[in-house]
Amino acid sequence: MSATATKPAATLPADHYLNAKYGLRSWLLTTDHKRIALLYLGSVTVFFFIGGIFAVMIRVHLLTPQGYLVTAETYNKLFTMHGVAMIFFFLIPSIPAVLGNFLIPLMIGAKDLAFPKLNLLSWYVYVVGGIFTLYSMISGGLDTGWTLYAPLSTVYSNSAVAPAVIGIFINGFSSILTGLNFLVTIHTMRAPGLTWFRLPMFVWTHYATSIIMILGTPVIAITLALAGMERLFHLGFFNPQMGGDPILFQHLFWFYSHPAVYIMILPSMGVVSELIPTFARKPLFGYRFVAAASIAIAVIGFLVWAHHMFVAGQSVYAALVFSFLSFLVAIPSAVKVFNWMATLYKGSISYDTPMLYALGFIGLFVIGGLTGMFLACLGVDIHVHDTYFVVAHFHYIMVGGAVMGYLGGLHFWWPKISGRMYPEFLARISAIILFAGFNLTFFPQFILGYLGMPRRYHTYPPEFQVFNVMSTAGASILAVGYLLPMIYLTWAMRYGRVAGPNPWPATGLEWQTASPPPTENFDTTPVVTWEPYDFVNRPDLGLAAPPEQRVPGDKDM
Amino acid sequence: MHRTGELYGQFETLEQQREASSLGMWVFLITEVMFFGGVFLTYTINRAIYPAAFGIGSNTLDLRLGGFNTAVLIASSFTMAMAVWASQTGKKKLIPLFLTLTLVLGSVFLGVKVVEYAQKFEHHLVPGRSFQIDAHIENQAQKQELEAAFAKDPDLNAHAQLYFSLYFGMTGLHALHMLIGAGLLLWLIRESLRGRFTPQYNTPVEVVGLYWHFVDIVWIYLFPLLYLIDRHK
Amino acid sequence: MQSGLPLFPEQASNFAGSVDALMFYLLIVSVFFSALITFLIGYCFLKFHRKKKDEIGVNIHGSTPLEIGWSVIPFILVMVMFGWGASVYINYRHAPQDTLDIYVVAKQWMWKLQQPDGRREINELHIPVNRNVKLIMASEDVIHDFFVPAFRVKADVVPGRTMTLWFRATKPGRYHFFCSQYCGTNHAVMGGWVTVMEPAEYAAWLSGSSGEANPASAGEKLFAQFACNTCHQSSGQGRGPSLVGMYGSAVKLTDGTTITTDDAYIRESILNSKAKIVAGYQPLMPAFQGLMTEEQILNLTAYIKSLKAQQAPPAMAIAAPATGKR
Repeated sequence: MSATATKPAATLPADHYLNAKYGLRSWLLTTDHKRIALLYLGSVTVFFFIGGIFAVMIRVHLLTPQGYLVTAETYNKLFTMHGVAMIFFFLIPSIPAVLGNFLIPLMIGAKDLAFPKLNLLSWYVYVVGGIFTLYSMISGGLDTGWTLYAPLSTVYSNSAVAPAVIGIFINGFSSILTGLNFLVTIHTMRAPGLTWFRLPMFVWTHYATSIIMILGTPVIAITLALAGMERLFHLGFFNPQMGGDPILFQHLFWFYSHPAVYIMILPSMGVVSELIPTFARKPLFGYRFVAAASIAIAVIGFLVWAHHMFVAGQSVYAALVFSFLSFLVAIPSAVKVFNWMATLYKGSISYDTPMLYALGFIGLFVIGGLTGMFLACLGVDIHVHDTYFVVAHFHYIMVGGAVMGYLGGLHFWWPKISGRMYPEFLARISAIILFAGFNLTFFPQFILGYLGMPRRYHTYPPEFQVFNVMSTAGASILAVGYLLPMIYLTWAMRYGRVAGPNPWPATGLEWQTASPPPTENFDTTPVVTWEPYDFVNRPDLGLAAPPEQRVPGDKDM
Repeated sequence: MHRTGELYGQFETLEQQREASSLGMWVFLITEVMFFGGVFLTYTINRAIYPAAFGIGSNTLDLRLGGFNTAVLIASSFTMAMAVWASQTGKKKLIPLFLTLTLVLGSVFLGVKVVEYAQKFEHHLVPGRSFQIDAHIENQAQKQELEAAFAKDPDLNAHAQLYFSLYFGMTGLHALHMLIGAGLLLWLIRESLRGRFTPQYNTPVEVVGLYWHFVDIVWIYLFPLLYLIDRHK
Repeated sequence: MQSGLPLFPEQASNFAGSVDALMFYLLIVSVFFSALITFLIGYCFLKFHRKKKDEIGVNIHGSTPLEIGWSVIPFILVMVMFGWGASVYINYRHAPQDTLDIYVVAKQWMWKLQQPDGRREINELHIPVNRNVKLIMASEDVIHDFFVPAFRVKADVVPGRTMTLWFRATKPGRYHFFCSQYCGTNHAVMGGWVTVMEPAEYAAWLSGSSGEANPASAGEKLFAQFACNTCHQSSGQGRGPSLVGMYGSAVKLTDGTTITTDDAYIRESILNSKAKIVAGYQPLMPAFQGLMTEEQILNLTAYIKSLKAQQAPPAMAIAAPATGKR
């Protein structure tokens, strides 16, 4: 309770977006970005749950070298569907479609996104894609790996590839529409006074994310369309027996799917860039550099895809170029981490749950990022490629990074979304459980990978068992860490203490309006006169800024 | 969000609304470029690997029909541009006229495409079990040409199927875009007959115009790639 | 075998040492930065903890020298990683000339391996210690991947291509090899053992061979069967270039470029003969795409390579010790 508002218990506003209308129709036909965000929240949670159950089954199965639970075929389906559900239907839409949808108009002082109907359409597209994919899971499952490599997926697999491919293809358009909507909204709908360099970093990272969604997603769509046609009509785009090239599939696939990692991590970096200044009560260190780093990651991220093919026989020169470019991505990532560290320095740091998630994010992202360099490094990659080292690395980035950011963001903005506070003590405990469980699950997998355990193995030599048992033990802790927030956040939506408009307090525009906000977001269009994360010249926040600090433009960079 | 006049609730001014719509369409067209880019890349790579089969494939296409269609589409781009001009200058009667002309030209294009597709069906040139690259042979010259190609590439039948897969894929995708464009035109014609478009508010005409020009440009690339390379008759 | 709780796999090839050394460098950099960041978080967390509810932090906006510093230093560190990693990789991709060639065919879900003298094995590979070995691999169906952790080598086996992988085992013993590119239902059991033997032991093991035709002589039969010999005459008078001594040599092409004849070029020339024509010859050869099995292609390749080795018969070369600096 350290940083809650000093005011006495607040009450919910009389009219807000949640009670504006009632009934299923008012939700399914809404064009309010906040309600659509909640629709997304519900549906991505469903997929997170499905993917999570598959993950638990995978870990239980791997307790013993022979495999504990299921047959080889079922195991292959489990990890494939885990990947598909988590990547395409949870991680990619999670932060942008839930938090981004809810917050971007609020943060820039707009009444809604530029194309509200398109926004609703994107959710329906997501749902239709999801239904196809679920149908694939029920009607025999998918066993090609989420990477869907040809010719295994297009010719040899006996599982329900076509509906899954159609589902992922359709889902891609949801991503495209979201990215398009964000990009146009950020460009054209900022409130008066809200210049580019006054935007919250969350908006910057979503801008970068939108660029990737717009440029990358169409490519995966056409790739999957070609693969789907190849499977359905026995064509030969990627089948070597008919003259096609399986490596072409990999190039097209990774041209999207590598940048897609940045679709997952950039928004999370945006969340952390909000949390750290807020809970250190200090401007974000090197704001312009952090913003530039976001764009740099999005741009360079498009030029590194072939590092997934270092051992697939690409030319040595291509390998050198892609290794070099992959290392370059490390620089803007490092710049971000150092700037977050510097923001902590001489701050006024609180232990609130979102801050715990933010610091947890930094720790896990640093490990994930550093181990990414092992994979970018040609000499090491020939050994660790396609082993558990890779599995551990991308879970550190995508679960340790993206999901920690997502949960941190959910906690931070939960008072804004629901108008109520979550139980602070329980939340801190579960953040710590999550962090510990995560490391226990995935750190041993680095060692397993270096020892040479290939990924996607339903059975493994006995010498690898110790680390697998550790990992499974960690997974059970991790599962608790995920279930707790699901439960208490739902509880808080109804029974939590009323938060008031700005409980932390934070500087963003979204905290200037009521919690939960009215349907139109703001009673009058706000005018922005302050710099981002400025706690000194904001008497409205009710904080004790030392008077000697209250001068505009001090210590400029 | 409710609409006041032509201003949708989420926007502050008509100017902002116009800017957002037009930027939105440009961004959408960028995604379309990337979308078509994937197939163009696949086509280019395969064309480079199997020049003989793709050459034979190109030669089965009817240059007259393709050329006619290209002219039709360019003309439709012109009428579309005129419709946009009419809406910007407030010539309310001309807007539906030019839009209808565009729609007619677009329909002519699709009709010719149907004729071309039907020919391919008759000639056993649709990828699948009944595909036969030599089924359409009519004269000695064609036969010799095919034999020469078979000598270069014994797997010609499979590789020519690759060409026709891409031919149907690319032109089919393009035709799908034309159909969507035709639907948008129908809607525009209805709205323009109601006199909705004025010099102050003509964003829909402008934005659909952008889309229509883009679809034309795609064809301008498809035509030489599919019809003209390795042409020798 | 291994005992206790191993953190590093055994080092049993020429690559193991260099990969591990590189790994240590990366590990040191990583541990240093992880520790630094953890320490800084902990330090700030304790030292700058909020003491009063309405307290705010010091208003610092940034520092350009610091930004430059923490861009340039990591850049230098990663460029060392890049350069070092590249040098290991280049060595891994360039096989020496004097290799013992093993022909490998991968299919769902087994590895078929064949020694130069013809002895066949399934999911087992016997090789002599301290001798450069090259695997020449092809796949009959999907993408597979040959991975020996103790040797720190792996290579995808992509259908429609010939892939090579070379290494020199440095320690006798038995080591796991795996398929590490997901290839369908029984991907996890598509592996086996590499047995590294002393040269004498290896020679003894080979002599237990059941007299199967070796790849090169099988290829010789195919060479006649497909009538390759009518054009590719060893005299060089035929309509096609003589193939004697061609493997590994530089060849000038009709388009003026020069390439080195390797496994991939032989494969391409058989399957799609028009792609790269040797200067001075006509593009007359039919393409054999779809007319040969992967194994026949590998056999023909072996035969064409053996044409070069006529001065030194292959049987002698097997027992010869490793030469060259690699």
